[in-house]
Formats: sequence, structure tokens, C-alpha cells
Amino acid sequence: MDYFDRFAVPHSSPMIVGSQIAIAVTVLAILVGVTYFKKWGYLWREWFTTVDHKRIGIMYILAALLMLFRGGADAILMRAQTAIPDNGLLDGQHYNEIFTTHGVVMILFMAMPFIIGLMNIVTPLQIGARDVAFPRLNAVSFWLFFWGAMLFNISFVVGGSPDAGWTAYFPLASVEFSESVGMNYYAIAIQIAGIGTLMTGINFIVTILKMRAPGMTLMKMPMFTWSILITNLIIVFAFPVLTVALALMTMDRLFGTNFFTMANGGSDMLWANLFWIWGHPEVYIVILPAFGIYSEIISTFARRNLYGYKSMVVSMVAISVLSFVVWAHHFFTMGHGAMVNGIFSITTMAIAVPTGIKIFNWLFTLWRGKIEFTVPMLYSLAFIPIFTIGGVTGVMLAMASADYQYHNTMFLVAHFHYVLIPGTVFAVLAGFTYWWPKIFNFQLSERIGKWAFWFIVVGFNVTFFPMFITGLDGQARRMYTYSEATGYGPLNLLSFVGALGLLIGFAFLVYNIYWSTRYAPRNITSDPWNARSLEWATHSPVPEYNFAIVPEVDSSQAFWDSKNNGPALFKGKYKEIHMPNNSGVPFVLGIIFFVWGFAMVFSMWIFAIISTLGIFACMAHRSFEKDHGHHISVEEIEETEKKLRGANA
Amino acid sequence: MKQLFPRGHVMGFIFSMVLTAVALGVVVYELSFKTGMIVLLVTAFMQAGVQLVMFMHAGESEDKKAIYTNVYYALFIALVTIFGTLLTMVWGYQ
Repeated sequence: MDYFDRFAVPHSSPMIVGSQIAIAVTVLAILVGVTYFKKWGYLWREWFTTVDHKRIGIMYILAALLMLFRGGADAILMRAQTAIPDNGLLDGQHYNEIFTTHGVVMILFMAMPFIIGLMNIVTPLQIGARDVAFPRLNAVSFWLFFWGAMLFNISFVVGGSPDAGWTAYFPLASVEFSESVGMNYYAIAIQIAGIGTLMTGINFIVTILKMRAPGMTLMKMPMFTWSILITNLIIVFAFPVLTVALALMTMDRLFGTNFFTMANGGSDMLWANLFWIWGHPEVYIVILPAFGIYSEIISTFARRNLYGYKSMVVSMVAISVLSFVVWAHHFFTMGHGAMVNGIFSITTMAIAVPTGIKIFNWLFTLWRGKIEFTVPMLYSLAFIPIFTIGGVTGVMLAMASADYQYHNTMFLVAHFHYVLIPGTVFAVLAGFTYWWPKIFNFQLSERIGKWAFWFIVVGFNVTFFPMFITGLDGQARRMYTYSEATGYGPLNLLSFVGALGLLIGFAFLVYNIYWSTRYAPRNITSDPWNARSLEWATHSPVPEYNFAIVPEVDSSQAFWDSKNNGPALFKGKYKEIHMPNNSGVPFVLGIIFFVWGFAMVFSMWIFAIISTLGIFACMAHRSFEKDHGHHISVEEIEETEKKLRGANA
Repeated sequence: MKQLFPRGHVMGFIFSMVLTAVALGVVVYELSFKTGMIVLLVTAFMQAGVQLVMFMHAGESEDKKAIYTNVYYALFIALVTIFGTLLTMVWGYQ
């Protein structure tokens, strides 16, 4: 029995047993359901093996939405636990596990894939390309992310969740202080997903640099594409640091090395240092695409050109450089001298300059615009003031001497939620609503969408604003309970009420998807928002090959120009189109990585070795495979085009 | 004859041989740790440059500018990461 003991959750509770049963039942229900409705063939052919960037994007977003609810459940539990003093809903260990997984899931398995999903769908369309540069690699990226996320998510029902915070600081994260396999899950699951993200980074840089439509110079790219280029540049330079740090962590935990231990020459501070060298740029990885999304939406619904295109680009490049020189502000209080803290204080405050430029550019775009208050636009308008509060409190935290007061309090928690929620969550919700008709050829209901918006935006402020105050009053973050005498009770209760508001908002979001799928009118045009960039120039839903004729472009809003008596986008005749073939190998590779990860987490070396061989076998298979893709004939294109035009006429 | 003779490749080969020999010198002449590390660091960076330009043909295609911009960006990030870590972990640590 000893051998199987380690698979049991160390601090089990009725809630966890309930989840174990629920997960088992759900998996069984899915397997039975798919078999009963005979959908395995369809799923395999159309989704599991696909290399189409649009479908991969949809799968990314679907996974991200699932993770949003997983992370959201954690959040509600945390708020419920702290809603009243001396609450006994969760014990300390369970609370630790929940705030750790909330952080990891929301950043790495919700924000990242949501953004990568949107960029998968939109970027190739915006630059007039037929797919990404390496479609097969794109599928590998997705399946590595997906199986990495799944590995992380089974932690709370098999073996125990990580419990050392999403920052996993040593020595707390070492075997000595975190005995369960939880932190192994952290090290290995994030590693697998991270490799996928790194591949995405390379893929999209190449796509954007090499596959733009004729005439689209770098300075004529739509702003979303610019933000994606910069984001991927940061990914490529930041993620290798995480890869190395996690590899060292794995060796410390599994093989007894001493990189981050307190003994034998190890340095626990080195982990904090490496983590934030990746971690700070990571913040910009999830926020820069949002800047791109807002730029598109604001200029579309204010019916104006984006104000200050060049300064937008320059400030994004400046942010990307600055993002790499500020990381030590995450540990001002860990014992550096005044010189180090001074340097990092100044670089941090400097980021406010390019960000401020962008805020003013959006305001000037709105200035005298004919603003249309659609759901995506509402999120964009709410973003500007809320994000500014987040930014200003960030500058407060950037002052090293003042940070000694704010450090590790709820003030910090309020600050980064005020940045990340309008900066990322509002953006992906806005982008999701905005690009939905492009993917599915119907719009989400504006009425239900507005209900969702108001609940989310009000709920968000009610949840997080009180934290600024309790933080200044001295409430520490990650504290699982407090006594009544501290006086934190009422404001924490208010936070919980706000969290319920957010929950209702997200329920409206799901209901909106359901309602619109059933009842929304299908007779819309391929350009329902009267938008500006190239993705709206093709049909909805987008055909496999994206554009029957590759567009020719001479401005950053070529589609808008062509609608307003500018030069035509599509010149010439249909030609045969060369497209990549589907492949099941990426999916299989993802599953092998999952098995490998599971074996590593539980130190089952035989399985680990066999699955490592399997990974190499997949790569060897790819090296010797002869796959020249397939061609779509001119007749086929004509037929598809005729059919799609009929639908959109 | 000029087109037939792969001048760049031969130069690159000679450079990389010389750089390897210099790096090997650290062990052969038993240099002190500090000088040894400096020699290795400098030759390693030059070696990487030779590989990139001579053998991987950076700068021979149309997107020369994008490639070099990326290389400089990478160099900047690498230096910031290394020296920044030294600053926070060693020099500026009280």
C-alpha cells in the first residue's frame, strides 16, 4: 500500500473528495457521450489533428475559458474564506493550495492561452497570410500547453496541489518545506506548457516578419499585429529563463542538487531573481496584446484613425525593453542596498512614460469621435480609467522606501488585479466579443453582453477596491484568516459580495454564448462592425485558405480605405493554393509529454524513460516524414467562394 | 575563380579554429581563474558571432535589418540579465 500512498491527497477534505468524484464523473461522461454520439472520428479529423491556425485558436480560447472558471472557483473560495473573521471554511493548507493554483492557472493557463488563441485567429488574417509560418509546430504548441495545463489541474485530486505561492519562493518550495508532490507538479507542468509557449513565440515572429501581404511594411501593420510581434519577442527572450529556472528547481526537488537551497553553496535568492527575470516580462506578455486589442476596438468604434500610430509603436518597443530591466522591484525588501533599489525604482517608474503616451493616444482617438457603445467598446472605455488606477498605484509601489510599507499587503494584491483584470481579462473579453462574428458568422447578443459587462465591471471594483484600504491598514496577503479585533471584517465581506457580482457577470457571459448560438440572427455581413483591418475583408466564417487572392496593401487600415473608394485589395485571378496537411503527431506528442510529466512528478523512472524515448520517436518521425501538404484547385476555390458569398450577401 | 572559392567559409573556419585555440590556451597555460574566465567569455561571444555571420548567413538575405535588430536586442537582454543578476545578487547585496 505504501507505493500508492503518495497518490493520495495529503490534506484531504470533503471538498477535495467531492472534486475527485466530480472529475471522474465528468471525464467518464465526456468519454461515454462522445462514443454514444459517435463523434470520435469527427473530433480526431477536424480538431485533434488540425494545423489550421483558426481552429487551434478556438481550442486555445475554449481551454482558456475552462481555466477561467477553474481559477475563478479558487478565487470565490478565497473570498468566501476571508469574508468573515475566524472563518473555518478552509484550513490553512487548503487555502495555501488555492491561492497558489489561482495564480498559476489565471496567469499561465487562462491569460496566456486566451491571448495566444486570439493571436492565432487574428494575426494571420490581419497580415493577409494563409496560415502561420510553421502550422505543425503551432499544433505542437497548443497540445503541449493543453496537456501541461491538464497535468497541473489533476494535482489537486492526485497527490496534492502546489502550496508555495505562484512565485514558488525557495526555501519554502524546496523538498524540506514542501514535502508533497505539489511543487513537482508546478515545476513540470509549467515547463511543458512553457516549451509550447516558446515555440509559439518563434512561430509568430517568423510569421509576422516573413508572411505579410505585399505592400504591408512594418509601419503599415495593424496595431494588434504590432503588439503581437512585440509580445512574441518578449516571449522568446523571457521564457528561456523560466525554462532554466524550472529545470534547476526540478533537479533540486527530484535529484537532490543544491541550486536554491540554503546549504552547500546554494542560494534561495537566486530563484526569486530568475523567477522575476522571467516574471516581469511575463506581465507585459499578457498586457501588450491587450493594448493592441483596445487600439483596434477604439479606432473601430470611435470611427477614427488610431491617433499617434508611430508613438504607439515606439512606446510598445520601449515597454518591451524596459520590461527586462525592472525585475528587482519584486523583491525590494529582500536585503539589497540603496543603490540597487534606487536603480530599479527609477527604471520601474520610467515605464509609466510610454504607458502614459498610449493612454493619451487612446483618449485622442476618442476625442471628437462618433463613439458607438458596443460591448467591446464598453470594455475598452472601462479599461482606461481602471487601468490608470492600477498604473498609478504601481508607481506608488515602485518607490522602494514606500514599498517597505505596501510590501506583501492586500494593497499589492489590489494593485496587480487593477492592472491585470482591465489590462488582460477585459481585453480578451472585448476581443472575444469583437472577433466572434468573424469566426462563427453571428454576433453575441449585445443586450446580454451589456448585463455581463456591468456585473463584471462593478463586481470587479467592489471586490478589489476595498483591498487598497485593508492593505494600507496592514492586512497581509495570503493570510487565511484573521481575528475580529483587526477590523478587516466588513471590507473583506464587501470584497466577497463583489466576487459574487463577478461570478454573476461570468455566468451571463456563458449564457450569452448559449443564447446567441441558438437564437442570434445568421444573416450578418462579413464586416458587421464596419471595421478597418484585413481580417474583415474575407468571408465569415473564414475559409480554410483565409484569402482566395492574397490582398495588396498600402496602409495600416487597407480594408477601410478600400471600402471608402481606395484602391482595391484583391487584384488578379484565383491560383492554386498550397496548404499544410493535418497531423496526429502533435496530439500524440502532447499525451506522451503528459505521461512523462506525471512519471516525473511521482519519480516513476521507468515510465519517465519510456516516455522520453517516445518523445524522441515523435521528433524522429517528423524528421524522416515526407509531407508536402495538399493543393486546393482553382475550381474548388471558385465553388467555396460562391457558396460563402451567397451566405454573406 | 572568385565566385567558386568559398572565401567566407574558409575565413570563418580559420577564425573558429583560432578562437578555439585561444580558448584552449586557458587550460594549456594554466591562467588564473579571473583571466581565464575573461578570455573564455570574450572568445565565446566572438565564436557565436562567427557562427552566426559566416556559417548561418545572417545578413545575406533581404531581412538583414530585422535579423541584426533581433541579435542586438538579444545581446542587450543577455547582458542586462547577467550584469543585473550580478548587481542584485553580489555587488549590491548587503
